[in-house]
Amino acid sequence: MNIKLLGALAALTLLGACGSGTDTAGAAGGGAATTASGPRPGSQEDLVANVGDRVLFDTDRSSVRADQRAILERQAAWLGRYPQVQVAVEGHADERGTREYNLALGQRRANAARDVLVAGGVASARIATISYGKDRPAALGSDETAWAQNRRAVTVVR
Amino acid sequence: MTLPGFGISRRHVFAGAGGSIVASLLPEAVLAQPTTVIDVTRARTDPVPIAVPDMAGAGPDAQRMGRQIAQVIQANLRNSGLFRPVDRQAFIQTPEAAAATPRFQDWRVIGAQALTTGRVEASGDRLRVEFRLWDVLPEQQLQGTAFTAPAAQWRRIAHLISDVIYERLLGEKGYFDTQIVYIAESGPRDRRTRRMAMMDQDGENHRFLTDGSFQALTPRFHPTARQVAFMSYFRNEPRVYLFNLDSGQQQVLGSFGGMTFSPRFHPDGRSVVLSASRGGDANIYSVDIGSRRERQLTSGGSLDVSPCYSPDGTQIVFNSDRGGDQQLYVMSADGGGARRISFGNGRYATPVWSPRGDLIAFTRISGGQFGIGVMRPDGSGERILSEGWAMEGPTFAPNGRVLAFYRETPARDARGGGYSSTLSQIDIAGFNERRMVTPTDASDPAWSPLLS
Repeated sequence: MNIKLLGALAALTLLGACGSGTDTAGAAGGGAATTASGPRPGSQEDLVANVGDRVLFDTDRSSVRADQRAILERQAAWLGRYPQVQVAVEGHADERGTREYNLALGQRRANAARDVLVAGGVASARIATISYGKDRPAALGSDETAWAQNRRAVTVVR
Repeated sequence: MTLPGFGISRRHVFAGAGGSIVASLLPEAVLAQPTTVIDVTRARTDPVPIAVPDMAGAGPDAQRMGRQIAQVIQANLRNSGLFRPVDRQAFIQTPEAAAATPRFQDWRVIGAQALTTGRVEASGDRLRVEFRLWDVLPEQQLQGTAFTAPAAQWRRIAHLISDVIYERLLGEKGYFDTQIVYIAESGPRDRRTRRMAMMDQDGENHRFLTDGSFQALTPRFHPTARQVAFMSYFRNEPRVYLFNLDSGQQQVLGSFGGMTFSPRFHPDGRSVVLSASRGGDANIYSVDIGSRRERQLTSGGSLDVSPCYSPDGTQIVFNSDRGGDQQLYVMSADGGGARRISFGNGRYATPVWSPRGDLIAFTRISGGQFGIGVMRPDGSGERILSEGWAMEGPTFAPNGRVLAFYRETPARDARGGGYSSTLSQIDIAGFNERRMVTPTDASDPAWSPLLS
């Protein structure tokens, strides 16, 4: 019953977005289904809003930065609360490299993030990894600000 | 398929998609050598002046076909940068008269050093094209060939003739009867659709090979040009696949536990070398196509990517960060004896070995700029051919004289406006860079071998 209601609300939200002529990019899953009561516990929206779904990397590096480690540790604790949740860690690179090398670099970043989750007690069988290299940027600009956001590993609920 | 009335001294059959083309030497062809010795090096500074009048034909269909074939030949020659087609407005003799007997004085006076003439016969859906190449100064015929083919194959006839002209006048094989496979890109960059597509080297006969329901990257031709190896995100599992160009069938090749990518065929066509990421590293493997048996060629924690065989199959050039940053290495085809060959300023990537064996082309990233360059296989003689904000992925034309690659422009704003990705080609001497026209944004070009 609750799920049906949420679905109806989400549909209304989308209709509203269409009516106002804006593109809210529902496919990005950025929280279109949130309600006054907050995101559904254990969902991607919950992860984004209350934990943080991504960690950033330095140029051409794949070791988890000291200032990013806590985010992965919070993710591990969150995954501990929702043992039924399976995730994929998606590794990415900025556009200032070649495609094939960046595929490998993105994979290495995804693995580095996965290792921290596993060290935090998450069973490795729950975590898939995938690399998109430089081919799915989060920020679309061509400057250092955008590149810093694109060198990332994103944890996605499957 | 024989040609009545002609003493056939030589006959070639060019098979390919859409029916075979039969080429026979015309009897008058004496195969004289050009009196003026021209080679590619000289033609770069002094392009060969050539007159390419319409081919003659009886009736409107044959005339239209004759005009179109001549236009394709002329465009091929001009685009190579090694020929300078003479302005058609200046022609004195009519194509009809020239096809009967060239009046050499008429062609000499307008500055043509070489002349092509031809005659087209169209009957039903068959086409017969007689083609002759003349050396204007000594008034000699250099070549005479008749092509018989289904009418739908007229562009291939034009490309085959272009290759004959290139080879007879420059003494090297041409690259016009070839195709380009590449990735067609559309949509915003964070949700880009990437489809494998194929076209003739001049951009014609364009078709999509995949439907965009999964991301396709880095296609590369099999030595027979009937198959392509590429990376596919089908079912969100990035793996190397084989795509059969005759049947359209796709099958996974690199399925051993993690991401497989950056495939290249062995020159014998029986195996593929690729990279596989099983942990945080990436290592190079060869996979036998028949047995699917894999063989690991590199090991260790580094990122070893973009392997490419030497044309004799004995060596592999690849890209590795084993020394700290991305550099080029050459090792034996069984994986031993890797030695670094790139020592210039910056990071080096995407090496490809020339089909001639004499050069390796690469991408260099240095000082915030990307460049396409070439060096000898021992790392000496490095030259940067083109530089810009971003460019990568060089691929050699089968004669090793031209490179295709892709070039990107930066986004002007935070929404990605102004970003583009397009194909270019450039002579390996670093001149005659030309944009290649595609219906959408494009990346990852791969040049086919000669189709015939």
